[in-house]
Amino acid sequence: MSILLTGETKALVQGLGKEGQFHAERMLQYGTKLVGGIRPGKAGQDVLGLPTFNTVEDAIAETGANASIIFVPAPYAADAAIEAIDAKLDLVVLITEGIPPLDMLKVKQLLKHSKTKLIGPNCPGIITPNIGKMGIMPVEIYNPGRCGVISRSGTLTYEVAAQITNVGLGQSTCLGIGGDPIIGTSHRDALELFNNDPETDLVALIGEIGGSDEEIAAQYIKDHMKKPVVAFIAGSTAPPGKRMGHAGAIIAGGKGTAAEKKKALSAAGATVCDSPADIGIAAKKVLDGQA
Amino acid sequence: MSGSDKLKIHEYQAKEFFRKYEIPVPEGRSAVTAEEAGQLATTFSGPYVVKAQIHAGGRGKGGGIKVGNTPEEVKELAGQIIGMNLVTHQTGPEGRIVGTVLVEKASDIEREIYLAVVIDRETSKIAIISSSEGGVEIETVAANTPEKINKHWVDPTAGLMPYQARSICFKLGLTGQAFKDGVKCVNNLYKLFIGEELTLAEINPLVVTKEGELIALDAKLNLDGDTVFRHPEHPGLRDTNEEDPLEVEASKHGLSYIKLSGSVGCMVNGAGLAMATMDLIKLSGSEPANFLDVGGTASSEAVENAFRILMMDKSVKCVLINIFGGIVRCDRVATGVVEAIRNIGNVEVPIVARLEGTNAKEGIEILNSSGLPFHTISGFKEAAEKAVELAGGA
Repeated sequence: MSILLTGETKALVQGLGKEGQFHAERMLQYGTKLVGGIRPGKAGQDVLGLPTFNTVEDAIAETGANASIIFVPAPYAADAAIEAIDAKLDLVVLITEGIPPLDMLKVKQLLKHSKTKLIGPNCPGIITPNIGKMGIMPVEIYNPGRCGVISRSGTLTYEVAAQITNVGLGQSTCLGIGGDPIIGTSHRDALELFNNDPETDLVALIGEIGGSDEEIAAQYIKDHMKKPVVAFIAGSTAPPGKRMGHAGAIIAGGKGTAAEKKKALSAAGATVCDSPADIGIAAKKVLDGQA
Repeated sequence: MSGSDKLKIHEYQAKEFFRKYEIPVPEGRSAVTAEEAGQLATTFSGPYVVKAQIHAGGRGKGGGIKVGNTPEEVKELAGQIIGMNLVTHQTGPEGRIVGTVLVEKASDIEREIYLAVVIDRETSKIAIISSSEGGVEIETVAANTPEKINKHWVDPTAGLMPYQARSICFKLGLTGQAFKDGVKCVNNLYKLFIGEELTLAEINPLVVTKEGELIALDAKLNLDGDTVFRHPEHPGLRDTNEEDPLEVEASKHGLSYIKLSGSVGCMVNGAGLAMATMDLIKLSGSEPANFLDVGGTASSEAVENAFRILMMDKSVKCVLINIFGGIVRCDRVATGVVEAIRNIGNVEVPIVARLEGTNAKEGIEILNSSGLPFHTISGFKEAAEKAVELAGGA
């Protein structure tokens, strides 16, 4: 087992433009079960050997799909996400960057009343090594194993996954939850999934400045977490009021600082790394019982 | 990667939006010269307030807001304010040069209220924040007297309900005509927030005058760069004089760049890794000169533009390149870096490069055989330490 993306996942691709096709090809090469694509008004033409459909509903009826990955451009991304939620897919991965926050608020409210798990937006996606990937990450750095990884960032997630592989460990599932203020799956939600996954022994939680997602995750760790958590918070050097690339990474009104987040995680029992270069080593030490 | 950001606008621009959405504001207009300001004041009756237009709070304490009784006084005051270097607790010690003033009719204030609309990340709803303690910094009110802050949450799929607008005004203790006007004001501020797709709409203070009128004395709106496709007129409201020139240059190329005060220039792909790299520089005993994300794919164009911007910053004593190759291969990024440096010419600062991920080995080989003075280092920590050492040490 693993979380969210398993051997049972059959995924659609919404948005088969240049970027969508580029990544769909790589997902197929990795062995991901992609079963179709959505191209409104252009149904019936095969793309990369995948049948295409006008609507998500049509695609499910034909293929039995239970998941979708979205590459639709920002102006139309919320529409694509809501179509996927309305079609009751189990898992939706929203890669698109730059979706207006008010659009995402609507998506998030609909999500609350649905059974769908949405990852993203503005994220690298999800990978379960040797099972499949719904995302844009490079696959070489991953190794099947028992560490779960949750991160708001793209390349920093790769850095951490590589560190875990380099110390001789591997990953159960790696999840990039996205750098926007409004995201479908929070650190806390992902921790809960890993907590209940018998194939995960440890979770690496990679947070950033801004918002209170990490503080909420710390509360969950304190109250419920049965497994060790190794954490890092990016942005200790960031000045207040400046947005550090990610729309979500901004310290506003003195809230959301790295120091506060580290303190909360540490107090909850997580092993907090000050250096982003030490996360793999820390995970190894914790699993070896040295920390 | 988008280079979009939160877009701040001036008070006088925000008040134009208020007029459009029927939120009452004092009579007044903006001026860029003392003569124009004096002339403006002859078009309505005094007393007048002359307000410096900069993207920072605390203007009054810094001497950027003054009251005059006649058009002649307005001209004189505007002459003092325009061109002044206004320092407030929000501008930093370097201050801002004032280019524009807003000349308004002064109000006779009975009481001051705070009203704001924001996106609440935790609930994924829109929050309306109000307080009977207006005219002071809301952070101070929240810290000292949190019971004086009211929060109401609006479900974005349902919109603001009339009972919510009423409830806000009851909590603020408004009565009679002021209550009716207050309900209208809350409704219209919400309409403005949704209509223009803002990230912040704040009135501080919203005043009740001695005559019982409700007027928005100040106005702060933050636009959202991600909604420009629906609001093509928004970018025209930007005042680049208010921004760091290097940040303006970076945004032209779609790069996410923020100028900081240290000496180690950073060029990284991805925002999270960029922040982590800055943190590691600090842990190694120095300070980063900037945040710079060249985008997850680190295209050769982005790399070249990024390098030009780093070289314009004279406080940069060493550059640290940290690229994690993914879909984009490190050999391609390395080729881009070498070309960029050759195109720019006379790059005199040392460059530490750490390439990791897809084709890292080939990328490092390209840098080492380029004849350019790269220090290629494979460890994340070791690379940061070397950069700090070359920048002048810890």
